Amino acid sequence: MFGYYMDLALRSLRRSPVLTALMVLAIAVGIGASMTTLTVMHLLSGDPLPGRSQHIFYPQVDPTSRLNPHSQPYDMMDYHSAVDLWSAQRADRQALITVSALRLTAPTVHQPALMAQMLSTTSDFFPMFAVPFQYGNAWTAQDDARHARVAVISSDLNNKLFQGSDSVGRTLWLKDADVRIVGVLAPWRPSPQFYEVVGGRFSDGDTASFYGRPEDVFMPFFSSLEVNDGGFNPFTCWNAPDPGVKLQNSPCVWVALWVQLDSAAKVSGYRDYLASYAEQQKALGRFARADNTRMFDLMQWLDFNRVVPSDVRLQTWLAFAFLAICLFNTIGLLLAKFLRRAGEIGVRRALGASRAAVFAQCLVEAATIGLLGGLGGLLLTLLGLWLIRRQPVEYAELIHLDPSMFGLTFALAIAASLLAGVLPALRASRIAPALQLKTL
Amino acid sequence: MQIQPIFAALRKHRLATLLLALEIALACAVLCNACFLIISRVQHTHVDSGVDESALAAVKLTGYDPASSVDLNARVLSRLAKIPGVQSVNVINAVPFGDHAGTAGISTDAAGKHFAGVVDFYVGNPGSFKALGLQLVAGSMPQASDAQPLDSFVPKNATVWVTRALAEHLWPDTDPLGREFWTDQFHFRVGGVLAHLARPWGGEGGPSTIDWSVYVPAQAGRQLAGTYLLRVNPAESPRVLRDARAAIATIAPDAVVDSKNSQTLGTLREKYFRQDRLMAGILLGVICALLLVTALGIVGLASFWVQQRRRQIGVRRALGATRSDIVAYFQTENFLIVSGGIVLGMLLAFAINLLLMQHYELPRLPLYYLPIGALSLYAIGQLAVLGPALRAAAVPPVEATRSV
Repeated sequence: MFGYYMDLALRSLRRSPVLTALMVLAIAVGIGASMTTLTVMHLLSGDPLPGRSQHIFYPQVDPTSRLNPHSQPYDMMDYHSAVDLWSAQRADRQALITVSALRLTAPTVHQPALMAQMLSTTSDFFPMFAVPFQYGNAWTAQDDARHARVAVISSDLNNKLFQGSDSVGRTLWLKDADVRIVGVLAPWRPSPQFYEVVGGRFSDGDTASFYGRPEDVFMPFFSSLEVNDGGFNPFTCWNAPDPGVKLQNSPCVWVALWVQLDSAAKVSGYRDYLASYAEQQKALGRFARADNTRMFDLMQWLDFNRVVPSDVRLQTWLAFAFLAICLFNTIGLLLAKFLRRAGEIGVRRALGASRAAVFAQCLVEAATIGLLGGLGGLLLTLLGLWLIRRQPVEYAELIHLDPSMFGLTFALAIAASLLAGVLPALRASRIAPALQLKTL
Repeated sequence: MQIQPIFAALRKHRLATLLLALEIALACAVLCNACFLIISRVQHTHVDSGVDESALAAVKLTGYDPASSVDLNARVLSRLAKIPGVQSVNVINAVPFGDHAGTAGISTDAAGKHFAGVVDFYVGNPGSFKALGLQLVAGSMPQASDAQPLDSFVPKNATVWVTRALAEHLWPDTDPLGREFWTDQFHFRVGGVLAHLARPWGGEGGPSTIDWSVYVPAQAGRQLAGTYLLRVNPAESPRVLRDARAAIATIAPDAVVDSKNSQTLGTLREKYFRQDRLMAGILLGVICALLLVTALGIVGLASFWVQQRRRQIGVRRALGATRSDIVAYFQTENFLIVSGGIVLGMLLAFAINLLLMQHYELPRLPLYYLPIGALSLYAIGQLAVLGPALRAAAVPPVEATRSV
């Protein structure tokens, strides 16, 4: 029966090519627009650590010495709180994080000095975030403790300086220090660059910069503080720092801590620990408030920072409003098309076709239009994504059509056209055969 | 023109009429809001930075040893001033549309109880006021004696120049001259008011706070070094920037030129608003596609109705209706349906606007967008229905005698 309906559908579509083209075009444009924006949304709002993100947490404390009852904890921590929490080693894994820029050259490489972004972190960073290595390994906890002058570099930097060869054991000049390369990362592009997402709520929706590339140089936290002394900038300060005071002792927040907690018991244990730490610091007179601690998991933290740029969200809404208009359009046109064939349907009904059969036949025709519209929509989606990849935004190079979105394009197109077909098909199946036969 | 028979005919096609009206309602709602978004984006890109953008360029150096800042300033200032086409070189901490440098929360009392917002401080050496081309609307020009040495990001106790927008925010309806404000232990007294000075990079609170800047004269030194403001002959600015880079490579081999921030202000501005222009372009594309799809829907449905009513049209023609009567019939019918859609669409437009206001800090949709949206949909509807209506008018009266 399905084959017969298919045949009927194709005949019917061929009979009025202009109307068919209009419907296919409407579906294709609606699907193209919504799938383009949906793909971008899907890629930007995805889980950067699938399967692990529920174990990754972002502890926060409020180190201010002034009482401000309404404030939230700062997005980062001061040096002492972060290092205290890190040194306690209460989590399964923990990594300190701060970012700075410094001058980088390499001996025997004849290239001008460049300003490299450096991530200062601790050894757990690499296993905790499943960072892939091409050559060598991460540094060890002993290297952290010894303030070893070692570094891990990105594959981009390795390609630029060493043409992609195994550079483990070679030396970099970072500012005035000799630093030995112990590892080279494989290409790694988390989306977003989740581990340093901060301050999203102050960015007025313009959060495209959260989708930038990871740093080129990774160094042990404490040795990097020596190497790039004076090169670090605070995220913000609750009092103006006194001139000449090191950032480590300033009233400023600039260090983040990530922890991995593998069980619910450990999570609640860590929350208690955080509260008791704040309590203890308040007793010591360093904190004004002990009750202002917080610990989001990774996805909550990304949500809190509204990582998906507001323009992208706006585009998605716009695209779906547009798809709705295209659907209304298609419903109207299908209605016209089916009712125009009232005589033909009357004959089929008189010859014994049931209402359900007529209904099914109409839906098959609608689905055929959906399939054709889906094909057109796929081409328009590819065009849309190509246009987005050419835009000067940080996430441009992340944009691609993955298999799940490819499948979703057709599913959405057929679902949309079936939805559009239901009402006209119901109408068509209710045509009274006798009335139609009389007018023939 | 009698409307009664048109309503009678539409009642027979309740579903199709309703669908068309809903489509038009949605189109009207999206159209009004998208136009509003486009206009606000475009207005945003035309913001007055308050400085002579065409004649300014920035050079930013990084990677040098902070201990050598004073020496670096001296070398760069004297060398860059020698480049032909350079009218002046000054040290400044930031430029409009570049990276921000002195962002801080301020209060209107010394104790910090009355928080007044987050502003950006432009700290520049004495010549930078004139080089920027800032326009003074009240108070006096900064004197050489106003520039103080720095041991933090701003002087401890300084005379400053605020923008009119910031002055109105801090002290509404009062003379801002001589007024004071604080950030932590730093104290500022207003010495003058500027027409405009856009903060370097956006700012909390969106476009409404873009002018919340404070200009502070100071002496170049360890705390004020590395970023240089060049006033150049606009025609020569690309060459001047190339020459400046070459000069810096010889006089300050230690320093790395920050390419992203070492541009003419025109280039920085272009980059700063690129996303807004892109978004306005996307919205414009969507509006065009939307109107096209709506028009096609009207054409499709009207064609169907014309075909369905060939006999009735023939009868009317045989009974004496002229061709223009038939055209008028279909145009009135379209007018009625579009009117229904627009009434619904205006309500929907306001609902969508309320949602956008919640999520995107947009102001309320001005009322005059509604008649504009309505008029464009009427125009689209009348144009789209014209083709099928003319075809209907071409139906000969003899059609009345045919049975099919």
